[in-house]
Amino acid sequence: MSVVVFAEQWEGKFKKTTFEAVSYGRRVADMLGVPTVAVVIGSLDEDAAQLATYGANKVVHFNASSLNSFDSSAFASALKEVAVSEEAQTVILSGTSNGKSVVPSLAIQWGAAPITNVAALPDSVDPMTVKRGAFSSKGFVTYTAHEQKTVLSFIPNAIGVAEFPGEAIVEEGSGAAEARVQVKGVDRATGSVPLPEAELVVSGGRGLKGPENWGMIEELAELLGAGTACSKPVSDMHWRPHSEHVGQTGIAINPNLYIAVGISGAIQHLAGVSNSKVIVVINSDAEAPFFKAADYGVVGDAFSVLPQLTEAVKRFKQG
Amino acid sequence: MKILVCISHVPDTTSKINFTADNKAFDTNGVQFVINPYDEFGLTRALWFKEKEGGSITVLNVGSAATEPTLRKALAIGADDAVRIDAEPTDAYFVACQIADHAKAENYDLIIMGRESIDYNGSQVPGMVAELLGWPFVNACVGMETEGGTAQCVREIDGGKETVEASLPMVIAGQKGLVEEKDLRIPNMRGIMTARSKPLNVRPALEAAHRTEATSYEKPEAKAAVRMVDAENMEELVRLLHEEAKVI
Repeated sequence: MSVVVFAEQWEGKFKKTTFEAVSYGRRVADMLGVPTVAVVIGSLDEDAAQLATYGANKVVHFNASSLNSFDSSAFASALKEVAVSEEAQTVILSGTSNGKSVVPSLAIQWGAAPITNVAALPDSVDPMTVKRGAFSSKGFVTYTAHEQKTVLSFIPNAIGVAEFPGEAIVEEGSGAAEARVQVKGVDRATGSVPLPEAELVVSGGRGLKGPENWGMIEELAELLGAGTACSKPVSDMHWRPHSEHVGQTGIAINPNLYIAVGISGAIQHLAGVSNSKVIVVINSDAEAPFFKAADYGVVGDAFSVLPQLTEAVKRFKQG
Repeated sequence: MKILVCISHVPDTTSKINFTADNKAFDTNGVQFVINPYDEFGLTRALWFKEKEGGSITVLNVGSAATEPTLRKALAIGADDAVRIDAEPTDAYFVACQIADHAKAENYDLIIMGRESIDYNGSQVPGMVAELLGWPFVNACVGMETEGGTAQCVREIDGGKETVEASLPMVIAGQKGLVEEKDLRIPNMRGIMTARSKPLNVRPALEAAHRTEATSYEKPEAKAAVRMVDAENMEELVRLLHEEAKVI
């Protein structure tokens, strides 16, 4: 018996939500009283054994060059191989774009009950019962699995990282299926913190008046180590790429801090951001509906407030 | 190209979400239902494929008779025929089995679904259908072109995009980008008239297991009142974020 975790790497490196996945897996494994097995797929520039810090007892590394680019079915088959050989009860993934793509394939290949968008630790592990986000952040639904085997993917940054003392052995994995989809090229925005795993997010709306004014958003974001986001109208007008659009038909995010500048807070926007732990709204209109959903509000012109906030953060960072 | 577009019937994006008094179900009282926004992009993309190279578009929904107006709307937008599989769509695996079973008999070249439905946000059905059929799957698809039996797709990944290639038949889970919002077709009067005479076939559901069950519903906790900070005092905001909220 075991809990298996997909320890996702991007371009050879682990991200924080991978450590979050391993520690979530370890906590579920402790509830079941079984070991935690992390699975790394593709070549790695880092030490796979560091996953022990977050609770892995064993790491299985699939290093076949055919797995260096992503295919949902092939990645699912690697996880299934480990789930079968380790007699896993559950497989844990972070709900990244790749994680979300793998879950349904794995559920079919392995014959498991999938529960996605998970927002908390399980209420029970037998049967698996866990709370998940639904209705585009306007509700939560608790699901119970009707299968012994389950696949869970959680909302990145919803659970947090935990550390566990211990060491892990690293083994070579084999037996993954061939990819059905061939990756021809990757166009990754560089130098920015990708959504949705960003812990801090600075976001701009129509109130910024044009794409030429995004330097202010980017400067504050860089200073904070935050990701940048935008509202739907901004993405529709192509001021910013669609991958930055947060809201009902964009992406849902779950950061510790969301700073919204010049965004009025339509219900569709709130659907994507209301799970943020702390929301700061900066808007020139004191009647903007977003203030009702905010923790901290500033009524003022973005063009004067934002530079002052950036200066204040600079002074804070300098101590 | 013979295309299947799967349509979810979901609450309008502006809906207030409420649950029944016992918290055991979603309260549909007073809720307006629409075509799932992610599915709309796929339907328009399917129309473009058909206009360019011919073929047919079938729209499918797994649901009760209450979803038929949504299917009729899809017919009015331009689909050729509709299939409703008569069952409550309460579990992703159950729904995926229905769609895969239908697709096995129909020789589709392409199945287009939305990335997720905006009600349960499961994002499971498209990948499950692909795996049940053994077809390639591209999730979060924001662009697709075909040449012969090969498809070039663009997929949104965390903080970027990936270009991928696969052979038809395949399944994509689409979203905005597949077509833009301004390109979305809306039903015109002629479409609405002809939709009435297009076939809407109701089929019984295949027997399949439910692997999960929704057992209780709850709303997020209400937020405390907003704390206003003076626009001339950003030092104070930074202090609050550091000392009170502890997020920086």
